Amino acid sequence: MKKKIRILIAKPGLDGHDRGAKFIARALRDAGMEVIYTGIRQTPESIADTAIQEDVDFVGLSLLSGAHNVLFPKVVEELREKGAEDIVVFGGGVIPEDDIPFLKKKGVQAVFTPGTSIKDVVDFINKKMNEKN
Amino acid sequence: MSNKESIKKEAEKWEKETLTPFLAKAPERENLKDSSGEDVNRLYTPLDYEENYNEKLNFPGQFPFTRGVYPTMYRGRFWTMRQYAGFGTAEESNERYKYLLKQGQTGLSVAFDLPTQIGYDSDDPVSEGEVGKVGVAIDTLDDMEILFKDIPLDKVSTSMTINATASVLLAMYIAVAEKQGVTADKIRGTIQNDILKEYIARGTYVFPPKPSMRLITNIFEFCSQNVPKWNTISISGYHIREAGSSAAQEVAFTLADGIEYCKAAVDTGLDIDVFAGRLSFFFNAHNDLLEEVAKFRAARRMWAKIMKEKFGAKKAKSMMLRFHTQTAGSTLTAQQPDNNIVRVAIQTLAAVLGGTQSLHTNSRDEALALPTEDSVRIALRTQQIVAYESGVTKTIDPLAGSYYIEALTDKIEKEAFEYIDKIEKMGGMVAAIEGGFVQKEIQDSAYKYQMEIEKGDRIIVGVNKFQMEEPPVEGLLKVDMSIQNKQVEKLKKIKESRDNVKVKSVLKKLEEEAKGNTNLMPTILEAVKVYASIGEITNTLRGVFGEYKEHIVL
Repeated sequence: MKKKIRILIAKPGLDGHDRGAKFIARALRDAGMEVIYTGIRQTPESIADTAIQEDVDFVGLSLLSGAHNVLFPKVVEELREKGAEDIVVFGGGVIPEDDIPFLKKKGVQAVFTPGTSIKDVVDFINKKMNEKN
Repeated sequence: MSNKESIKKEAEKWEKETLTPFLAKAPERENLKDSSGEDVNRLYTPLDYEENYNEKLNFPGQFPFTRGVYPTMYRGRFWTMRQYAGFGTAEESNERYKYLLKQGQTGLSVAFDLPTQIGYDSDDPVSEGEVGKVGVAIDTLDDMEILFKDIPLDKVSTSMTINATASVLLAMYIAVAEKQGVTADKIRGTIQNDILKEYIARGTYVFPPKPSMRLITNIFEFCSQNVPKWNTISISGYHIREAGSSAAQEVAFTLADGIEYCKAAVDTGLDIDVFAGRLSFFFNAHNDLLEEVAKFRAARRMWAKIMKEKFGAKKAKSMMLRFHTQTAGSTLTAQQPDNNIVRVAIQTLAAVLGGTQSLHTNSRDEALALPTEDSVRIALRTQQIVAYESGVTKTIDPLAGSYYIEALTDKIEKEAFEYIDKIEKMGGMVAAIEGGFVQKEIQDSAYKYQMEIEKGDRIIVGVNKFQMEEPPVEGLLKVDMSIQNKQVEKLKKIKESRDNVKVKSVLKKLEEEAKGNTNLMPTILEAVKVYASIGEITNTLRGVFGEYKEHIVL
């Protein structure tokens, strides 16, 4: 039997806007994935630890406070340092177009901005999963 | 035959002779629902609501205040146009405030950054990346002095979006006013100070519910004696709606929060009529214009009844639901952002037709970043156009008596009271939040709403219909990354130059008092005056009160 895709949805930093994160978590679960949601106010370190403990394939970060350029790359770094660079990190939130090339360079593999359809996220995850296998 | 009977007879005839043959040729659209997911009738008539003018509507400025809290409403003066602003350092925000006042804004509304809201100094490791981002960074009284430099605090009213650390920021405001020579009894403004909705929807809580409720009632008591013109709380449905609730849920959960605060204050021995007049509310203005108008009217009528019947309030002022409104940030789209100007205009109309006391209009670019000065000006002009040009301000509560508006006002009231009863049975709002009930209800509504968009059952112009290729938006506001360093440097200097022996002794005193049950406001005021930082004060209280842990509901 095919292993279910495991995914961690996380909220780094101090931002409390969790409507998007919770929607994505629930929608991905309804799409047949195993989803763990961290809750708000997580440090990059604790997100990386949870991701490793839960043996996830993906980490999805959500942030609306503008701290993404600092916090998203930190999660990628933490995962690398802990030897878990195979975990794919993607993000979403209020993120200006201008910041996306920087985030991608830092190892965030996709950035989903407001108005993204859940189908685009699922397609991204499936594509990455196929590349992995 | 009574009037209603004759209308009923006529309605039956209309359905049979006119409507049915028409529908056979031209069927109606689907999904014509309200935000609770219930079908909206094809047509509203006197059959759809029970008329009782004196009891249900009455006159503006009179119980149950359905038509408005003041007898003249906007015929006297318009609502306060109050744009929420703040970013970066105190110097930059001070510039923006002075700009807004020059553009004709009539009140200030301060946005603080997340570390300030959650009680961390700018040099705390958890503050990294967040300093100055969603609002202005305040560490000590020194920053507050700069924030209000050259702004006379006896002339403007200031609203501060601050909750868990409201006591600290209010103390700082009082101290700045004193330095300007303005005594505490002269200052006017509002602190949000609504912790329950932080647990439900907004997320900037610090302490568990019990000590948080104590801080809130401490503020009620302190202000009733020392800062009589201050609105001590702004009980907020805004963020509940932003999190995805329906209109009826927004009203229900907000008023249920209000009930909880009143109970807590009454339990400490405060007289309802001493503090209730300083309670204010804060609602969302969404796109569904008529439903929103009905929502505001229902909320006013419900609160008046709650205060009179449940709490035995005697003063009319205690029963008046005065509210601030903000247009719905969650309705703004990153696609074709200029379309947002139109959405905001509709929402502005909803707030004004609903009788708001003050209003913040969102800017077109807020789904992308913090707004630029140009965008904020358009948002403010939107209010000014509705105020001066639209004509809707010439008469009070102009939609009253509309069959639909009255039926919908009744419906929202009924639905919201059902929720309130349910919450009471659970043991009140704190219990309902701790059990995850409120969060779950909101999330279910949010999920449904979003899935409707995904499936195309709900159309968002420019997002799932009428899309077009567009270049990335240029000229967005960026908060300078060097702000954190500047702020950390400034804090370091203050900590070196202040009287650290005094700071230590005041913090010790605060710690002791926190363990007991005296009012903490006087000592917090003492602490800010010797330049204790927000992190130091909050950490002292954290040590005694502990921290709230989120109840995760998916």
